[in-house]
Amino acid sequence: MTNTHDTLSPGTIGRRRAATFPEQPPRLWKSVKPKKAYDAVIVGGGGHGLATAYYLAKNHGLTNIAVLEKGWLAGGNTARNTTIIRSNYLWDESAAIYEHSLKLWETLEEDLGYEMFFSQRGVLTLAHSVSDVRSKRRNLYANALNGIDSEWLTPAEVKKLVPIINISEDVRYPVHGATYQPRGGIAKHDWVAWGFAKAASDLGVDIIQGCEVTGFDIKNNKVQGVQTNLGSIAAGKVGMVGAGHSSLLANLAGFSIPIQSRPLQALVSPLLEQVLNTVVMSGAVHVYVSQAHKGELVMGAGTDAFNSYAQRGGFHVIEHQLAAALELFPIFSRAHVLRTWGGVVDVSPDASPIMGLTPVENLFLNCGWGTGGFKATPASGWVMAYTVAHGRPHELNQAFALDRFVTGHLIDEHGAAGVAH
Amino acid sequence: MLHIPCPHCGLRNETEFHYGAEAGVAYPEPNVLTDSEWAKYLHIRANPKGWLAERWVHFAGCGRWFNLWRNTITHEIGPAYLPFTTQPKKPDNIGQEGLKA
Ligand SMILES: Cc1cc2nc3c(=O)[nH]c(=O)nc-3n(C[C@H](O)[C@H](O)[C@H](O)COP(=O)(O)OP(=O)(O)OC[C@H]3O[C@@H](n4cnc5c(N)ncnc54)[C@H](O)[C@@H]3O)c2cc1C
Ligand SMILES: [Zn+2]
Repeated sequence: MTNTHDTLSPGTIGRRRAATFPEQPPRLWKSVKPKKAYDAVIVGGGGHGLATAYYLAKNHGLTNIAVLEKGWLAGGNTARNTTIIRSNYLWDESAAIYEHSLKLWETLEEDLGYEMFFSQRGVLTLAHSVSDVRSKRRNLYANALNGIDSEWLTPAEVKKLVPIINISEDVRYPVHGATYQPRGGIAKHDWVAWGFAKAASDLGVDIIQGCEVTGFDIKNNKVQGVQTNLGSIAAGKVGMVGAGHSSLLANLAGFSIPIQSRPLQALVSPLLEQVLNTVVMSGAVHVYVSQAHKGELVMGAGTDAFNSYAQRGGFHVIEHQLAAALELFPIFSRAHVLRTWGGVVDVSPDASPIMGLTPVENLFLNCGWGTGGFKATPASGWVMAYTVAHGRPHELNQAFALDRFVTGHLIDEHGAAGVAH
Repeated sequence: MLHIPCPHCGLRNETEFHYGAEAGVAYPEPNVLTDSEWAKYLHIRANPKGWLAERWVHFAGCGRWFNLWRNTITHEIGPAYLPFTTQPKKPDNIGQEGLKA
C-alpha cells in the first residue's frame, strides 16, 4: 500500500493500489451572507447547481450570482451516488449530451485546477438473456453511429477483463456478453462538488448553505426573486436545480412537472484489496459494482417502488441486489456490508432529464436526472448556464424541454438507463 | 419494508404489492381534451412531501387495487380504503420518523 500523493494522477488512481487523498486547504469557498439582489440565483447546491453557477461565471461572465442550498453542499444525491460515468446511451439526443459531458470530464480536473479522481477504468454492461443481448447490441450500433466508443465482449472476454466474475451457464442470470465503454469510469463525487464550488467561488459566485427557497416572487408571469428562510432575495433570473425536490419547487412557482421522487440506495463494503478494476453494471439483475480508490466495493441497488423523501429505502431492495451480486461475484460472499444509505431521485416518465424553459418567464428548470445524473454533472451545468444566460436552450438541451410531454417527443431511455447509471 | 394493510387480506409485507402512484385520478373524456390536458392526465401525478393518497395492488394476495394514505417523509401508514368510496380524512401529522412504518 502506498500513501504518496504522486500515485494519484488521474487515470491510474486506485487501479492496483489503495489511495490516500491530498490535504484540503482550510477553506475551499467563501462563506457569505446573501445579498439583497443578484442577476441570477441557482436553487440547489448539488453538483448540477454548482456546475451551472461555475459555467455561468466562466462561459457567460455572469458573476453577480448565488447558489442557494437548503442543507449543505452535495448533501443531496451528489455525494450519495455510485459515481458511474459513461455516455453510451441509445438515442441521439442522449448520446449527444452525455458524450459532451464525458468530454468535459476528460479535462475537468485541469479546467478547475482541482483533483476529482476521475478514473477512466471502463464500464461493462452485462447482458443476461437473448433479448438483453439484442437490445444491448442495438445500443452498441446506435453508439457507433454517434461516434461513441463501445465494444461487444463475449463471455470469455468479459472473464478476461474481470477475472472474478462468474460466467458459468448454470446460474439464474448467466452472462451472455456485455457492452464495454473503455472511456467510462468513476470520480469522487464530493470532490466534484467541492471542485465546482471552489472554482465558482474564486470567480465571485456566492455560495450560501442553509438557505431554503420557500417561494418565488412572480409578477406578470415573470420571476422577480425568491423567498428564503434568510429573507427575500431579488433575482433577474432563477434556475431550479433541486433534483428530488424539483416538483415541490415547480409547485411553489405555480406549475406541475412530471416527476416522482423515489428512494435509491447504495452500499459499501470495508476496504479490501483491489480485485475489480473496471465498473460492472447489470440492469437485468439490478446491480452495479465498482471498487473505489481506497478499496471499498461500492454497489448500487434499484429504486424502491414508492414515492419518498426519507432518504432511505427498504432492506429487501438491498438483499435482492446483494443476491445478484453474489451470484456474479462469488468471491464477495466473505465481504461485509459496512454502510447503506439512500437518496431521493427525481424520476421522469421517459427516464430522461427535463431541462429548459418553464411556464414562468426567466425561471428555468433542470431536473429528472433520476438514477443517472452524476455522469452528466458538467454538461448539465454547461447547458443550464447557457439556458439561464441566453433565456433559451442550448442545442444540446433543446430536445429535453418540458413541452415534450405535450408534443409526445419522449426520449425513452428505459432500455439504456434501466435501473442503472 | 413497509407493512401494508390490504383492505381484503389484512397486514402484509410490501413485497406482496405493486405501486400505482397518486390515487383518485379520474379517467378523462378523451375527445374533448387538449394536448396539454392529455399530457397532464398521462404524466402528472402528485408528489407531495408528507401525506399522499396512493394506489397499491395486492398482486401476491387478492390481486385487487385499493388506496392508502402514506406519509412520504416518515413512511407512516394511514388508513386504507377502496376506490370509489369516500376518502378518509388526511391523517394528522404524528410525524415520528418510522413510527408505524
Ligand atoms: C444511491 C444513488 C446512486 C446513484 N448512482 C449514480 C451513478 O452511478 N451514476 C450517475 O450518473 N448518477 C447516479 N445517481 C444519480 C445522481 O446522483 C443524480 O442524478 C445527481 O446527483 C443529481 O444531481 P444534483 O446535483 O442536481 O442533485 P442533488 O445533489 O440532489 O442536488 C439538489 C440540491 O437541491 C437542494 N434543494 C432542494 N430543494 C431546495 C430548496 N427549496 N431550497 C434550496 N435548496 C434546495 C437539495 O438540498 C440538494 O442539495 C445516483 C443517485 C443515488 C441516490
Ligand atoms: Zn389483498
